[in-house]
Amino acid sequence: MRQRFLNRINFTDIALGIIGAALVGLIVIGSFKTLAEGNYTTRQWLDFVVFGIAQGSIYALIALGYTLVYGILRMINFAHSEVFMAGSFTAYFAAVSMAKSGFLESNTIIAVLILFAIAMFTSTAIGVLVERVAYRPLRRAPRLVPLITAIGASFVLQYTFKGLYGDQFKAYPEIDTLKGSYTWGDINITKVQVVVILSAAFLMLLLYLYVQFTKTGKAMRAVAEDKDVAALMGIDVDAIIVRTFALGAALAGAAGILYAITFRQVNFFMGFIPGIKAFTAAVLGGIGNIPGAMLGGIFLGLFESIGPILFLDGLNVPAPYQLKDVIAFSMLVLVLLFRPSGILGERLSRTKA
Amino acid sequence: MAMLDLTDIHTYYGNIHALKGISITVNKGEIVTLIGANGAGKTTTLRTITGLLKPRVGTVKLDGEDIARHKANDIVYKGIAMVPEGRGIFARLTVTENLDMGAYSRNSKTEYDSDIQRIFSLFPRLKERRNQIAGTLSGGEQQMLATGRALMAHPTLLLMDEPSMGLAPVLVELIFETIQQINKEGVTVLLVEQNALMALSIANRGYVLQSGAIVLQDSAEALKKDPTVQKAYLGME
Repeated sequence: MRQRFLNRINFTDIALGIIGAALVGLIVIGSFKTLAEGNYTTRQWLDFVVFGIAQGSIYALIALGYTLVYGILRMINFAHSEVFMAGSFTAYFAAVSMAKSGFLESNTIIAVLILFAIAMFTSTAIGVLVERVAYRPLRRAPRLVPLITAIGASFVLQYTFKGLYGDQFKAYPEIDTLKGSYTWGDINITKVQVVVILSAAFLMLLLYLYVQFTKTGKAMRAVAEDKDVAALMGIDVDAIIVRTFALGAALAGAAGILYAITFRQVNFFMGFIPGIKAFTAAVLGGIGNIPGAMLGGIFLGLFESIGPILFLDGLNVPAPYQLKDVIAFSMLVLVLLFRPSGILGERLSRTKA
Repeated sequence: MAMLDLTDIHTYYGNIHALKGISITVNKGEIVTLIGANGAGKTTTLRTITGLLKPRVGTVKLDGEDIARHKANDIVYKGIAMVPEGRGIFARLTVTENLDMGAYSRNSKTEYDSDIQRIFSLFPRLKERRNQIAGTLSGGEQQMLATGRALMAHPTLLLMDEPSMGLAPVLVELIFETIQQINKEGVTVLLVEQNALMALSIANRGYVLQSGAIVLQDSAEALKKDPTVQKAYLGME
């Protein structure tokens, strides 16, 4: 009995176990020391939390695009980060001209809505185009093939924008109306963060209602489960796939505006890091799972906002905040190692069985 | 009058010649059964009729119109619905959402309400479980759901692929009674079954499929008495 148990354990399991235990130990010790030293006030911690939620809502919006497409095609749309960039970049020109004419200040709400419309429209158009050109002809090809065209499409988009508009960072105009912040007790939240969190929450609610209750939304879920049977119901599978791409792309476009008003700059390469972070968030929540992408996005935002200080400051790591990307991507590796189905993925496969 | 008319159908899976020139006729109001062993081409025949597979040669005529090269999602608008092999329910959707998908090709809200009431009176179990996730239903309930979902499309021709598969004998009888009832209400049925005895007991006519070709065709009564059918499919010596 004992012999059989010992035989079943192999080297990989042991190595993984040790790595996992070491990491948990490191995190616990680091957090404990940081808190014991008390270098950070409650107010600062709450700032990290607010920043994390705002950042996380942007990740969540982008992550939904990965998850929607994966849910239907079992494919990672690696050009999605460029769909995000394209919306943000295109709306930049409108933002600049509206800033020059003074419209951005005099009618901020309308101006920002126009920016949203432009970014979402551009992203949708590009998302649908990528689907048509790079993925649809390969629907019956082995899974690796569309992955390669995805990377190709991603480069085409990046270098198109670089070729057209140069490779330098362009500053998004600052909106004076959105300067300043609100304070409740120890919680301090900037107006920009309020806009980011509320718009993201609103869009995610709309998406949820759309997928859950409309005829097209139900058809999307049906196609995600079984394309042949969905076709037998009279559902035009290709049309539903296009709408799925469009929906994910529109959310990425909106995320592009939220990103632009937060960080106030655009660049042809700006999609890469947020794109991979959002992909991490989607995997973290359980790829293919819509609430999972939302949850994963917020969680990742909080994790990379609080994590570096909480885990590393106590261990006397210098400038821990510069390691936030390291922490985020380490988490992607760890999730893939220890829980490949993500936070909500497990529950899903259980109900399916 | 022939409602569905397959003439000299050849269907391939890649290079595999799955259907080797089969011809089948289904008349309006009939129950026709297609019996045969595993791999004989029964499911392939149904998938060819519904457009999920395109025949390389041959015609599939529905009321005189050749539908062999139509897209699968257009076929249901022509009045053909299918209960797929292994039921093919959407496991993560609720019972009601599955029925909604069955009604995808329909546009009338008032008819939808009466249709869903009709399905619930045909299968009271589905009504009890209408908000349940379909994947949590028992095999019999899933078969009821797949049948109800197909009926939501108001088909004139219902294709059923192995409805008795994996079900307890009591449930098999219930499903076959339902098929007869649906047929009495005016729906023509093409039934694919491995359970040849049950299929021939409710069918008007039958075809025996072997290695992608029709080897026998006759009235159900005659097929039941045919010595080769009795030996190969009814388990009699």
